[in-house]
Amino acid sequence: MTGQNTVDKLVSKPYKYGFVTDIETEKIDKGINEDVIKLISRKKDEPEFLLEFRLRAYKQWLKMKEPNWADLKYPKINYQDIIYYAAPKKSEKKASLDDVDPKLLETFDKLGIPLSEQKRLSNVAVDAVFDSVSIATTYKEKLAEHGVVFCSISEAVVDYPELIKRYLGSVVPISDNYFAALNSAVFSDGSFVYIPKGINCPMELSSYFRINSGDTGQFERTLIIAEERSSVSYLEGCTAPMFDTNTLHAAVVELIALDDASIKYSTVQNWYAGNEEGVGGIYNFVTKRGHCRGKRSKISWSQVETGSAITWKYPSCILQGEKSVGEFYSVALTNNLQKADTGTKMIHIGAQTRSTIVSKGISAGKSSNSYRGLVQIGPQATGARNYSQCDSMLIGDQASANTYPYIRSQQPQSNVEHEASTCRISEDQLFYLQSRGINFEEAISMMVSGFCQDVFNQLPMEFAAEADKLLALKLEGSVG
Amino acid sequence: MLKSETKLILEVCDLHANVEDQPILNGVNLQVYAGEIHAIMGRNGSGKSTLSKVIAGHPAYKITGGTIKFEDNNLLDLDPEERARLGVFLGFQYPIEIPGVSNLEFLRVSTNARREYEKKEELDTFEFEDFVQEKLKIVKMDPAFLNRSVNEGFSGGEKKRNEILQMALLEPKLAILDETDSGLDIDALRVVAAGVNKLATPNTATILITHYQRLLNEITPNYVHVMANGKILKTAGKELALQLEKSGYDWIEQISSNKEENQ
Repeated sequence: MTGQNTVDKLVSKPYKYGFVTDIETEKIDKGINEDVIKLISRKKDEPEFLLEFRLRAYKQWLKMKEPNWADLKYPKINYQDIIYYAAPKKSEKKASLDDVDPKLLETFDKLGIPLSEQKRLSNVAVDAVFDSVSIATTYKEKLAEHGVVFCSISEAVVDYPELIKRYLGSVVPISDNYFAALNSAVFSDGSFVYIPKGINCPMELSSYFRINSGDTGQFERTLIIAEERSSVSYLEGCTAPMFDTNTLHAAVVELIALDDASIKYSTVQNWYAGNEEGVGGIYNFVTKRGHCRGKRSKISWSQVETGSAITWKYPSCILQGEKSVGEFYSVALTNNLQKADTGTKMIHIGAQTRSTIVSKGISAGKSSNSYRGLVQIGPQATGARNYSQCDSMLIGDQASANTYPYIRSQQPQSNVEHEASTCRISEDQLFYLQSRGINFEEAISMMVSGFCQDVFNQLPMEFAAEADKLLALKLEGSVG
Repeated sequence: MLKSETKLILEVCDLHANVEDQPILNGVNLQVYAGEIHAIMGRNGSGKSTLSKVIAGHPAYKITGGTIKFEDNNLLDLDPEERARLGVFLGFQYPIEIPGVSNLEFLRVSTNARREYEKKEELDTFEFEDFVQEKLKIVKMDPAFLNRSVNEGFSGGEKKRNEILQMALLEPKLAILDETDSGLDIDALRVVAAGVNKLATPNTATILITHYQRLLNEITPNYVHVMANGKILKTAGKELALQLEKSGYDWIEQISSNKEENQ
């Protein structure tokens, strides 16, 4: 048995979150058309302006084509075969947690996200989204004392229509790309955060997305606004049951940071990735973009991507405000037949804007993992600086890794640095660790977590350890 | 007579091994008892390093015949990490660099893996720090190396000290040191040799793989073996090393090939 063969035998541990909650669900018919959009809007009691927004997006979407430039091959998606709205019954009103179906609370308990008063995570407020709707948001009142708004986007549409009108679609326009247009037409729920001037949000905010229905797409929409001199740290997590069909997830996240504001957005993505033969799993097509609108504002993306059959995701920063800062820290792990094409765009518009990109891709099994990034320096961005570091690690000899860095500079007084490396966990490294009594799986996980350290250091403390464990779990398996 | 009273630690019987279908070991026989120090010498490519890696369980070598017994265990049935936990230690000729993995953490995890097998208490981070400080003195190593990645950017001498440090922490029953002396200046060699001497006990055994007499000036072997073509051709006392230093390997190989012709 050679080390290489042993590596090949490394199979994902059974997905821990693959259960389905047996709950009565209200679903609309499959397919998408204007009537479906009107129906979704009506079900959510939306104001007229939002319905118009949706319909405009739908019209744009019809004119657009699914992008095919990424290193992703997947069967054609039949958009008429997807259910665009599913909600657990009895959940329309959620005045208090007592009204939430106990089955749902149980589900989130099982996922390690307790929502009930007694068991809540201390110092983390959670918005729990189940299929198409937000079922509960914790610590709302405590946050409100500081003027922080943290609620589902559906509630925000009703309670803060002015903010929604002003900011929704302002960072990711409805015609931005195919999936963003689709999301804008049919988005169901998601989180809304508003941090008023001068407030440092007193706790971590977190959204947990759970897909439960097999044939339902999830189209969540998140909007975070940080007013002048405010700051917030936000974390999202996601899981889904194991189905042998593919589920579409097309989210849009918009962040807006005004003068001296800072937003830290962290993701631990663990959607179901499909089985070893590549059957099932989530198709994850996500548009995430932050707008550093204000001077000296800062937006930082950290992501740990371990799930999904297909990942298409480029959290980006538009650095408009003078001296604004954009950051992107990413760990993307693919195993079996997973495919990920992920990276970032740093668009430098303002003078003396700075951006940092640190990307760590780990490919195991027969997976493929690509970094795709754009650093663009506009003509006004004097003294702009970027530093990019893209490292790939290959485990076994059937995985692939690619790096596609694009650099466009229209400003001679700017400084762009790019470093890239590829390494393979060698048989000799494994043997060295093993010959000191460390077992094979632990040896791999030590090396992988060492490789990712720069990124884990950027995650909120509680989640760094979790991310480390998650990676180990993903690589763990029945060896030999 | 003496041998029957002391404990047999390692017994290699008629061991054959291939790498990529090339035979490298062609029937090695070796017995190592507790309290003994053996030196294995021979030209490059004679199979010395292969023998050490096969005993430790390197996956690149295919065993085509023979057995390796370690105390009561059939080593060939065990994974490298299991062998290590039983108390087999291989000091690498070229210690491997592992970027991103903290040396201290690596040492702690491996020490605890061995201690667990020995039914000793697991050492937490603080206890381990104290434990490792003690052992650092044996190899006169700068504690700063603990906070770096495993062997990354270490000089040749530092890597070898790190190997002996691992040996000190793991307290193996059998230590096989593969050309630990290569690339060391005389001061470093003395430090390493002093470490090996200090760690040798009546209950443990050491195999030194070396090209040079100078290591054997510092560590006195009970037996010197000469390997050629994947076999041990001659075994004698420490004086054999001196003879090899003077006359080289030709005469031994000559005698051995004559023997074979006569048979």
